[in-house]
This record gives sequence, C-alpha cells and structure tokens, in this order.
Amino acid sequence: MIKAILIFNNHGKPRLTKFYMHYAEDEQQQVIRETFQLVSKRDDNVCNFLEGGTLIGGQDYRLIYRHYATLYFVFCVDSSESELGILDLIQVFVETLDKCFENVCELDLIFHMDRVHFILNELVMGGMVLETNMNEIVARFEEQQKLQKSESGFSAMPNRAVSTVRDMNLSQKLRDIKIPDMPSFSSLYQ
Amino acid sequence: VKDSMRGLAVFISDIRNCKSKEAEEKRINKELANIRSKFKGDKALDGYQKKKYVCKLLFIFLLGNDIDFGHMEAVNLLNSNKYTEKQIGYLFISVLISENNELMRLVQQNLKNDLASRNPVHVNLALECIANIGSKEMAEMFAPEIPKLLVMGDAGDTVKQSAALCLLKLFRTAPEMVPIGDWTSRVIHLLNDQHMGVVTAAVSLIEALVKRNPDDFKGCVSLSISRLARIVTSSYTDLQDYTYYFVPAPWLSVKLLRLLQNYPPPEDTTVRNRLAECLETILNKAVEPPKSKKVQHSNAKNAVLFEAISLIIHMDSDPSLLVRACSQLGQFLSNRETNLRYLALESMCLLATSEFSHDAVKRHQETVVTALKSERDVSVRQRAVDLLYAMCDRSNAEEIVGEMLTYLETADYSIRGELVLKIAILAEKYASDYTWYVDTILNLIRLAGDFVSEEVWYRVIQIVINREDVQAYAAKTVFEALEAPACHENMVKVGGYILGEFGNLIAGDARSSPSTQFQLLHGKFHLCSPPTRALLLSAYIKLVNLFPEIREDIIAVLESDANLRNSNVEIQQRASEYLSLARNSTQDVLATVLEEMPPFPERESSILAQLRKKKPAVEDAIRARGEKQQQRPASGAADGAAASAAPTAATPTSGGGGGVKLQGDIAGAESNTDSDLLGLDFGGSAPAAAAGGGGAGGGSVDLLSSILDVGVSSSSSSSAAPSAASGASAQRKTVVVGAGASGSIVGEENWHKFVCKNSGVLYENDILQVGVKCDYQQSSGRIVVYYGNKTPAPLAQFASVINLPDSSLTNQLGIQVKPVGDRVGASEQVNEVITVDCMAEFSACPLLNIRFVYSGVAQSITLKLPLTINKFMQSSEMDSATFFQHWKQLSQPEQECQKIFQAKFPMDAETTKTKILGFGFSLLSNIDSNPANFVGAGIVQTKSGNIGSLFRLEPNQQAQMYRLTVHSIKPGVSKRLCELLETQL
Repeated sequence: MIKAILIFNNHGKPRLTKFYMHYAEDEQQQVIRETFQLVSKRDDNVCNFLEGGTLIGGQDYRLIYRHYATLYFVFCVDSSESELGILDLIQVFVETLDKCFENVCELDLIFHMDRVHFILNELVMGGMVLETNMNEIVARFEEQQKLQKSESGFSAMPNRAVSTVRDMNLSQKLRDIKIPDMPSFSSLYQ
Repeated sequence: VKDSMRGLAVFISDIRNCKSKEAEEKRINKELANIRSKFKGDKALDGYQKKKYVCKLLFIFLLGNDIDFGHMEAVNLLNSNKYTEKQIGYLFISVLISENNELMRLVQQNLKNDLASRNPVHVNLALECIANIGSKEMAEMFAPEIPKLLVMGDAGDTVKQSAALCLLKLFRTAPEMVPIGDWTSRVIHLLNDQHMGVVTAAVSLIEALVKRNPDDFKGCVSLSISRLARIVTSSYTDLQDYTYYFVPAPWLSVKLLRLLQNYPPPEDTTVRNRLAECLETILNKAVEPPKSKKVQHSNAKNAVLFEAISLIIHMDSDPSLLVRACSQLGQFLSNRETNLRYLALESMCLLATSEFSHDAVKRHQETVVTALKSERDVSVRQRAVDLLYAMCDRSNAEEIVGEMLTYLETADYSIRGELVLKIAILAEKYASDYTWYVDTILNLIRLAGDFVSEEVWYRVIQIVINREDVQAYAAKTVFEALEAPACHENMVKVGGYILGEFGNLIAGDARSSPSTQFQLLHGKFHLCSPPTRALLLSAYIKLVNLFPEIREDIIAVLESDANLRNSNVEIQQRASEYLSLARNSTQDVLATVLEEMPPFPERESSILAQLRKKKPAVEDAIRARGEKQQQRPASGAADGAAASAAPTAATPTSGGGGGVKLQGDIAGAESNTDSDLLGLDFGGSAPAAAAGGGGAGGGSVDLLSSILDVGVSSSSSSSAAPSAASGASAQRKTVVVGAGASGSIVGEENWHKFVCKNSGVLYENDILQVGVKCDYQQSSGRIVVYYGNKTPAPLAQFASVINLPDSSLTNQLGIQVKPVGDRVGASEQVNEVITVDCMAEFSACPLLNIRFVYSGVAQSITLKLPLTINKFMQSSEMDSATFFQHWKQLSQPEQECQKIFQAKFPMDAETTKTKILGFGFSLLSNIDSNPANFVGAGIVQTKSGNIGSLFRLEPNQQAQMYRLTVHSIKPGVSKRLCELLETQL
C-alpha cells in the first residue's frame, strides 16, 4: 500500500502532498522535510529505491522516487508493492499530467492543484492503485473539465491561470521555471 | 464574467514574488484574514467563491501552515449539486479533516447521501473520500454497505473499481467490520470481468481477503492462473489501453502473481502445468530482444519478471524454474540499470534460502562482493550485505566474514550496527575454529566499537567461558589488543572480563606477567565510564585470587579515595566490599569465592533475536532453510544457542555454607537490568544464592559477608537497586504466585453466584463479612472487596493477599491491589480496590487470602476471587448468516467444546435468559430453528486480542438435561466458558 505521495521541487518546496495514513499537520511537514533530505542528496543515476526515513516508518517502508527536471515525485510504499510497478506508476502519473496540461511544468502543479489532485485520485485511491490506463484517466479528466465548463458556463482552459500570470509581466520568470522539454523526462521517452 | 479563479492565481503569484519568509508570512496572514472575513461576512458566498477560497486554503496548507477554519464551508460544499463544488469540498476534507474532527458526522451524512446517489460520479466521489480517510469509524459505518456496490449487476465499471479498493482500505483498517457473506464468493468472479481496471482492483481486494481465510477463496487460484495465461500469451494488441510500452497489463500481472503467493502450488496437474507454462513464458520473454528501447518497456517487463521469480521462490518446488530464475537474476547483477541490480540482489536473497537454488546463488559470490566494494549507492550495498549474509554457509563463511569486515571500515554509519550483528552471527554460527571466532569479534570491536552492542560482547564472553580450548588464546589476544595505544571501551570490558577469568593462562609468558596484566588494565581505567570501571574492579578482585603476588597493588587501588569515596555508589560499594574481601579472606576463601565462572546454559543467541527484530522476513527464511537442510553446526555453542543474558551468572552453592562462588557479575555495573534478563536456573540452590543472583554487584558480595562473616559493610548494599527477588520480599506483598500456605478454600457456593452477576456477599462467618462489587470494561476490571467487621472488637494485623495458584496467571492477568489498613475497627467496614487487566485468556482462579487476629487468635480465610474469563466478554449481535459463518469457521475439534449435563436448577426459560445475558453472551433470536434453544455470541476482550465465542444451548425438558456447545477461536476459552456456564444451569 502507498502510505504517502509527495511532490516537491529541487529546493524542497512541496508542490503536492497526499497522505493515506493519518499524520498530524506538523508531522506531515516533518516527513516532507526528512524525505527531501534523503532523496535530494542522491545522485541522478543511483537506484530509485531507498529505505524510508524514521518518521515514515523506517525499514518497513520504501521510498520510490523519480526526479524530473525541477521536481521530485516520491511514493512511500510498504512491502506489498512492486518497486518497478510503482516506478511505472509514477511515470504514468507524469505522462498523464503531461497530456492533461499539454507539456506539464511545475507552475501547472501550483496553479491547478485541484486538477492535479483530481488526476491523482483517478490513479490512486486510499493508497491503492486504482487505474493505470492513461487513456482512461485522460478521458475522465476531460469529462470532468467538460462538466466543469457546463456547470460554470464559462470556458476554463487549463492554461488560463498561467496566462493570467503572464499578463502580469512575469513571463521572464516563468520561462525559467517552465519545463517544456523536461530533460530527464525526454530521456525516458527517447 | 468570472474567470477561472483569477484571485487564486494572483495570490499564488504574490506568494511566489515574496522576497523573504517574513513577507510570505505576512501575505499569507493577510489572505487568511480576508478569507475568514468572507466566510464570516453577511453576504452569502456562492459555490464558485467558496471553491476559490478553499483552493487558497489548500495552497496555504501546502506551504506548511495550519488551517484552523474553513472546514464548515468545505462540508457545505458537499451539499452542492454541482459536481465541481462537491469535488473541491471532498478534496479539502480528504486533505485537511482528520478522522476525529467534530464535523465528521456531517461528512458521513453527506457520504451516505452520495453513496446512495444515482449519479455514479457522486458515488465515486464518496467512495474515494471514504477510502482516503479510511478510519475505523468509516469502516463501522460503510463497510457493510459497500459489498453491494461491488457485486451489484448494474453498477458501472468505475463504481465497481472504486468500491473494491474502498472496501480493501476499510478491511485493512478494521477487518472485523467487513461482513462475511455471499458476496465473498461472488467477488472471486470479478477476476473474469471484462474491464481490466475492475479486475486489477478486485485482485488487490481478494489478496487481502485471502489472508483472512484462504480456504474460502481457493477458487481464485485457477481463475487467476487462467487470467494470467490469457495476458501472458496474448499479443499485446489484445489488451489495447492496458498495454504499457508493449507489455500487456503489467500491473495486473504483478498483482495476480502476488495473489498466487498466498497459496501452495496448485494440486491439480492441469492447473499446475498451466502456471508453470506462464512462468516459463515470462522467463523466456526476459531473454527475447526488447520490443522497445525505452526504459519503461524494460521496467514493466521486469516488474512482471521479478514477481514471477518471487512466486517461483515461494512455491519452492520446481528445481528447473528455480535455477533459471537464479541465472536470470545473475545477469541482472551486472546490468547497467542500478534499479535492476538492487532488485536482483534482493530477490536473490530469498532464492538463497531455497535448498534447490542455494548453491546456484553461491556461484555469484564474487559479483556480490564486487557490488559491495564498488556500488556507489548505499541502498544497493545494503542489499549486497543482506545477500552475502543469506548465502553464507560453512564453506564460504571465512571469506564472506572477511569481506564484510573489510567493508565495515568504510561502511555508512547508518548500516554499521546491523553489519556488526550480521558478522557476529555468521562468525559464531559457522566457526569451526574458535580462535577465528575470537579474532573476528575482537576485530569488530576494533573497527566499529561504537556499533558493537552489549549482546555482541556478552556473547563472545559466554563462548570463551563455555569453550575451554579457546580460553588461553582469548586471553593472549585480548592482552595484545589492550596493548594498542588506543582501544575501544568495549575492548576494555571484554579484556577485563577475560583476563580476570583466564589471565593465569598467559601469566607464564614474561611479556604478560601478572603485574603487566594488571597495569595494562588499570592504564585504561581512568579513561572509562563508571560501568566499565565497576567491571574492572571486579576483574581486579578476580586477579587477587589468580595472582596473590599483586594483592597489595590491587588493595592500593581499591582503597584509593577515587574509588572508595567515588560519587558513583556502584563503584564505591564494589571498592569497599572487594577491599574487605581482599584484606580479610584467606586464600582458600578467595579461591572458592572467586572461582572461575561456570559454563553458561545454552540458549538461543540473543544477537540473532535482535537481528530478527530488525529484519524479520529474511531472518526467518534463512532460519527455515537452516532447518530444512539440517546443516546445523555441530557444536553446542555454535548452534546459535546460548544464554541470552549478560555473563553475570549467579551460581548455586557448591556444597555447604562455605563454598559460595563469587556471584560473578563481573560484567556488571549494568547488573540491575542484567538481573532481570538472567532468569538462570538456580536449581536446588539455597535461597541465599537466589537473592544474591538477583541482586546487583554489591548485593552479591553482601551475601558473602553474611555467610563468611568477613565484616563487609552491609549498609552500602542497600544502595544497590533491589532485585526482583529480594526487593519484593522487602515490601508488603499484595500479589503472590503459587504460595502454598493458603489453606482450604471456603465459600465456594457463593462464588458460583458471581459467575453471572457482579455484586453480592462472597463470604460470611460470625466475625467477618466479605462483600464484592465489580465492574468490567473491555479487558479491564475493578473489583471492590468490602470487609465488614461484625464484632464489637477490632480485627488486628489485618492483611489480604491475592494468591495466583497457577503461575501462568501471572502472564494472563495484571492485578494491582490498593491494600486496606492493617486494622478493621469494631463494626467497621473497609474496602480494598483490586484492578485487573486481562492480558490473555485464563482459566485458573485467583485466590484471596485474608488474615487477621481476632481476640488474640490468628485467623486465615481463603476465598476464590470471583474473577472469571466471561467477565471480560461483551455480548455481540449478529445476523444469522454471520452467526453460521462464524460457527462454521470455528469448528476445529479443539475450538469446540460440548457438554451434556443434568439441570441443576429449574428449567425456566426466563431465568435462563437472565443468566446467559449476565454471563456475557448475547441472545440471538431467529437463528435456531427450534425456538426453545438459545444461541448467542460474545467477544472476550484481552490485551492480547479479542476472542470471539459463540454458544448454543439445547434444553431437553423431558430428560431435565441440557446440551451446551461453545465455539471459540481459542481452544481453552471454549472449554472454560462451557464449564462456567454449566455451573449456572
């Protein structure tokens, strides 16, 4: 079972966190910090699994992670999960995000937290893998977007928020952060 | 026109533009105030606004701030008919509301509504939320409902999928809440479902359910195998969207292979062959050229492969598959991908435990050693250590231990402790030559002294003491080790102990003369912590015995102020007592008192136990292999068996009063804890020996002082912590075990009345009335005993003791007594409160012994305490399907107890009902086809677990007989409940 899913950037700033077991709010922050410490000091070409930190349960838990450009995707799982399976699941998650956001970047995660959560909820439920079929998840996401549109009666394009920001003369900054080509990502696509 | 939450975007960019932490905090506080005022304001917020603010709160929470409002608004969003609003409400709740929030009731009401909704999207949102919270309360409320969604014919695929996982989550939280019913058999057939997503979710659920009662789900084995066969042999186009980078349905395959690991290899030959075919196909695909160069392809393929290998190892029955698996893993060991090397090492660890493949694994030793030396990643090196440990046997032990020792020098701090344990265990287990063992452990201390736990150095001492052939060598080696300019404190401890015992064996060599030995040890003394110094003092007194010629030197050390007046009581006490011993005893006495330690009793190595705590699975597997191959080391000490305690043996008196050996807690400043660990068999030794053995260092010598009358100050011994044995006797005892002197038991008749009720008079005679009132909650109880003096004179020296006639009761019941005063005045009533914790099921009955003096005559009364197992039983309601299901499950011969007996009381149905309810069972109607029969259920609650029990009572009016049948999870419980209930009918 998946105990927690953490996404944070290269500086340890959390971008999405989801705990499937109860942790108090300050414990959650500690877990994030500890996990960041453990993961960020690792080279890029070492293995993607390591034993969990003490807060998350130590040796009985594994951290399985992938590092994409500016973001770490970390899944904390128990021994009942296949390591490679979870690694693939992270890939499915990221590819799905990429499809839903058309070239996903860190900003999309920040500005569209609700959508990212929606996608994650389609993928993992209560700490268990719900759906692995990317097309199905994307279809459900689009359906939801349509529903949202029909309910609010205006068009809610995914990129609207980002463009709002761009209007505010932040575009230079954005370009720096955006990960259109996702270096390690593309190496996975090769 | 409203845009898509422009305010949110602006807020987020504001935060991102903040230059400092303070600025960010300020901006956040401003926003929180804004949202708070909006929520509190008069103007009703519309759903869109609420959604926007909830999103802001989520973002603020993500930044690490506590959110203490907005919960109500989020719950209100659940009421919305708009999907978007509902969804954001649920999101807030699953991220921010913890299971004990007071709003949970409202949330549950909404969940109920949505679960019953005809809109599958709403149903899914509810299921998702239930699973994400996954609390016990959720399980109580929804676990009985969800199975319907799962097997309902018309539920959509996505609902089924979510329902399966939701139920799984609740099952993990509170398995007892998930009902057993006909849905369980239907759930297996979801394995045949058209929708792969449903199948995947269902397999996860089934895998968990299987663990509860495998037999009920046996059918899933052949279904899983045929499903697997269809996936493995299909060309990937068949599975369309569930093909991931040219690998057909990898997640489902992995799950199916996992599920099969819950069962032994199938018995049916056709099924078994089909499975073997699947596994072979998977192994074959591993060597086929890849269909894609992308890493995802090989990842997914290997995920399936590794799981297949796990299954092969689990079945452990097909040598050819095992060997193929091993060679496949061997190739991965040198793969370019670190992940694969890691996993290969891990899987091989399991493979090494199979007798068929153990040798095949050993062939890769060199590669693994290279991995240990050259892998850049500590996670991988750790796996390499595990594998070396698993593949170690007598043939390669010296080599592997050598490599591990080399690695220890550079190993990461995080894994040194475990590495030390592993080396210690292997060295002991496979030592054919004990000089090698001693060298290895001393090397361990030298290389990683800080990581050498007490168990490890205790163990080397135990082994040296038990093996005469290695003693001289050990003495020589520690002596040399101590000669190093700097040595670890653990080395000093081992050195002190061993030289104290066996220094004489090397004293012939001028380089290690008695005084050199003493000087060498004493040279380290000042650098050591008090516990080690205390140990060294014991070593010195032993040296006094071995070498009379250095007696004066040692006396000088003992009588120095630094020791005799040390602020540490242990050191002070030892110094003063040893000083008296050294000064005043004759050589004969010394020789007897300070005689060499006797061998330790052989027990399982405590080191092994410690490691097993760290790595239960691997350790057990390795042990299982050991047993399978029966390649246990021949010598006793190497058997992984030896005293678990520190070498602080107390030995029985060897003859009359004079021959007491030194209660050798030479190791012992830690003796307070050691004495608890000891549990040594004192055999028929004098009680004095027991007291000394239990006591700390001082205590033991103190014992000598009384026997030998050598004038050791005994006042100081009170400073040593009281031992379990001697300390207890000093205080007034309220609970004793197995004390013989209780006399005959009176008032048994009244006791029987308490089986079904909780208050009344337990005993009465002309002098005393004993009343009892008790109440029980779950596994705890409180018994108040009222002692009433019926006479016009006081009862003096009044005391009561609970006596546990059966020593097993000490583990089963935790009894605490708040004792009464020692006097009960004329016509006065006093009460005594006894609290009881039921640790485990019990059947013996504690006794209550009351003593007092009435008009000069001592009286003693022994009563049975009205404390029976059924007091901890809570009645349990269930429907007939559940009842019969449980009844069937608990029908092993030892779980069932049946009695046919004559009625002792009039057979009146109403009275019987009252008794049964008082006993603790429920009465369930409409279950037994014969309305005259009684059936019911109860759960005995103990600290170590709940024990479900069921009963059926069949009266036969004509014969005036009953037939009583009790089923219970625990054999002893059904018997005891049956016995107790019988006395009441």
